[in-house]
Amino acid sequence: MAKTPVTRIPVTDISVNRQPSASIAVVGSPNSGKSTLFNRLTGLRQRIGNYPGVTVEKHIGTLKTDDQTIELVDLPGTHGLSAHSYEEQIAIDVIFGRMEGTQPPDAILAVVDATNLYQGLYLVQQLLDLERPVVVALTMSDAAETAGVTIDVGALEARLGGTKVCRVVATTGQGIAELRDALVELPGQGAVAPTPAWPELTEAARDLADGAGVPLSVAEIERLIIDGNTGANEHVLECLGPDGPAKVDKYREELFGYDPPLAREARVRYAWVRDVLQEVQQSAPPFYSWRTRLGAFLNRPIPGTIGLFLVMAVVFQAVFAWATPIMDMIDDVTVSLGIAVTAQLGDGALASLVADGVIAGVGSVVIFLPQILILFVFIILLEDSGYLARAAYLMDRAMRSVGLSGQSIIPMISSFACAVPGIMATRVIPNRRDRIATILAAPFMTCSARLPVYALLIAAFVPQRDVGFLNLQGLVLFGLYMFGITGGILTALLIRKTALRGPKQPFALMLPEFRRPNIRTVAIQLLGRARVFLYRAGTVIFAVAVVVWALAYFPRADDIDPLMTENEAAATQLEQSWLGRAGKFVEPAFEPLGWDWRVSSAVIAGFPAREVVVAVLGTVYAVGDDADEATLSERLRSATWPDGRPIFTLPMVIGLLIFYACCLQCAATLAVIRRETNTWRWPVFAWAYMTTIGYVGALLAFQLL
Amino acid sequence: MRIIIIFSILRELLQKQAVMEINGKSLASLKRGQKGIIAAVDATDPQVQRLMTLGLVEGTEVELAGAALGGDPMEFRLFGCGISLRQEQARRFKVASLDSGG
Repeated sequence: MAKTPVTRIPVTDISVNRQPSASIAVVGSPNSGKSTLFNRLTGLRQRIGNYPGVTVEKHIGTLKTDDQTIELVDLPGTHGLSAHSYEEQIAIDVIFGRMEGTQPPDAILAVVDATNLYQGLYLVQQLLDLERPVVVALTMSDAAETAGVTIDVGALEARLGGTKVCRVVATTGQGIAELRDALVELPGQGAVAPTPAWPELTEAARDLADGAGVPLSVAEIERLIIDGNTGANEHVLECLGPDGPAKVDKYREELFGYDPPLAREARVRYAWVRDVLQEVQQSAPPFYSWRTRLGAFLNRPIPGTIGLFLVMAVVFQAVFAWATPIMDMIDDVTVSLGIAVTAQLGDGALASLVADGVIAGVGSVVIFLPQILILFVFIILLEDSGYLARAAYLMDRAMRSVGLSGQSIIPMISSFACAVPGIMATRVIPNRRDRIATILAAPFMTCSARLPVYALLIAAFVPQRDVGFLNLQGLVLFGLYMFGITGGILTALLIRKTALRGPKQPFALMLPEFRRPNIRTVAIQLLGRARVFLYRAGTVIFAVAVVVWALAYFPRADDIDPLMTENEAAATQLEQSWLGRAGKFVEPAFEPLGWDWRVSSAVIAGFPAREVVVAVLGTVYAVGDDADEATLSERLRSATWPDGRPIFTLPMVIGLLIFYACCLQCAATLAVIRRETNTWRWPVFAWAYMTTIGYVGALLAFQLL
Repeated sequence: MRIIIIFSILRELLQKQAVMEINGKSLASLKRGQKGIIAAVDATDPQVQRLMTLGLVEGTEVELAGAALGGDPMEFRLFGCGISLRQEQARRFKVASLDSGG
């Protein structure tokens, strides 16, 4: 093998290369095309990090020139410097240098959608008060032209005090080179000093800054005057000295009187924006593109709603139908790998660890990847084209009646494939209470891992009979889906009325124009999300799979008769193992549900990943891996208690189905809930809550039916 | 300064001989395709203040672009950008209507 050249580079060179000479924050509102621009500027030279104690990902890219490396930090979207959501707060904390472990940015790249200068300039205006160098990128300039909007860049630069404004089309790369040059020069430049949009406020802030012991930016003090002490800016107040608070109060009274400060700020700043727009922007009658027409058509209530259901049907179909062949393939590969390893390593503990623990464990993670990736492709495409916001808007009324908001619809529907991407999709929900309620409702949706369990039990115990023109088995499956939906909705309703009761949040959703999704952005985002899933959720599922393997493998049974079939030997081993003992130990708890120790151990083994239960039932009832479902069904039907009563009676099976419809038997989901809520409280609650409901449901079914 | 600008815009509209109705009409009472200019905002509610920071302030021209089933939530366009509001929030914004739309 060739030597890697890395070893020959002196250590000093590496450290020089790794230390960026400056950092530029990429700031813009959520639909400004910020991420597309960021991806265009940095390409694959980016990494995803973490802000300490925060679930929002930190996207860092580098911009390389001959003699320096500039770090670009893509911040979460924000409409202004006054936070109204969790993600906005993070963006603002980074801008003001309050985020632990993140240097305050040396300069700002303000991303403004050329079709929406109105809101964009509001943000730019606030950013200019930071007294740091700023470059403005006007994205989607092509879309602005088609919409009949012409922007006089020179006049805009003049109104912004000489701030450089670059027209770019991030999807085609037009104007990117010029923007890159501007960015490279930016950190060395001084800040511009434009005529303030609100001179009284700026003067007040300057006055307070002069009295402070440490250098403070005008923007920071302006936020203090307008927002008051939010906690995040407490240190600014402390820096102002002993008479600071009194002075701030005095200015608040002078500037706002009885007006709410935020409202006054919006009025003054937007009046300035309208004034600037009149000078720099000309609107011609728009050219009616297919996008505008499509948008107008989908604005009508009935076509819009029908369109939404069609889109959802396609997504749903794709996730199930397209993923199945790939999933079967992964399954085959896993099985044959396991066989190959056993053939190579023999029958020892090591072979079993590798084959049944590691390979089966990794396989159980990877097998979900096709569904998750297909779902993500659709979600990213819908998000990038601007349709996701429209779906939330169309479903808001229905979702509101169950205590959620329109933004909950996508996570809920995603969860029919798998709760993991569904829960990850809740990030679009700005309201924390709605978000947690959606996260708790999502695991109730019938995910693809529940299907094998349902299929096995229904095929074995529900008679193949016609009810009217419907099939009884199909009807039971449909009933289980409806049961899950009802459970999720009731949970959301319950939690919003109790633990997460709170004031109604405004529902202000920006509805962007339809635009063609950008392949680069989709690909980069998809890679990022797949990586996150594999690393974070994958490590947990994998670890748990190895633990379950160990529980089933140890201690070894010593009374295995060499004349036994392989399956009988495996069953004897399982009975001897910790898992089998645990099943016997908890049998009294599950006996009221009609479960014997074998069902109990299968259920315990299924706690990390519910679909495992089918494999374990196969082993405990001594059928073996290669048995098809028909034989397993027969074995289950003929299984009896020691006194000869059948175990799998109809009430017991109905109870077992209810248990599976409710119980949160999925380590990956728990890990994702932990990650997304940033506390163990919610995964523990969800697990206990759903397990209790499942247990009580199964108990009632067995005792009453 | 802001008052001057608002008045200048309102005056301009009057010169266009647009039909002015400030008799308690709100954004929620606009018809699809109809435009209105925000005349007054009740800003005491923090939720309304949030909407104001998104540009829904006095003097801004707003068009009702559409609505979901049942007429709620509603989609408005201001300066080319789309924003959706629930009816109860749209009612907080009083408008002077400009034209009946087409």
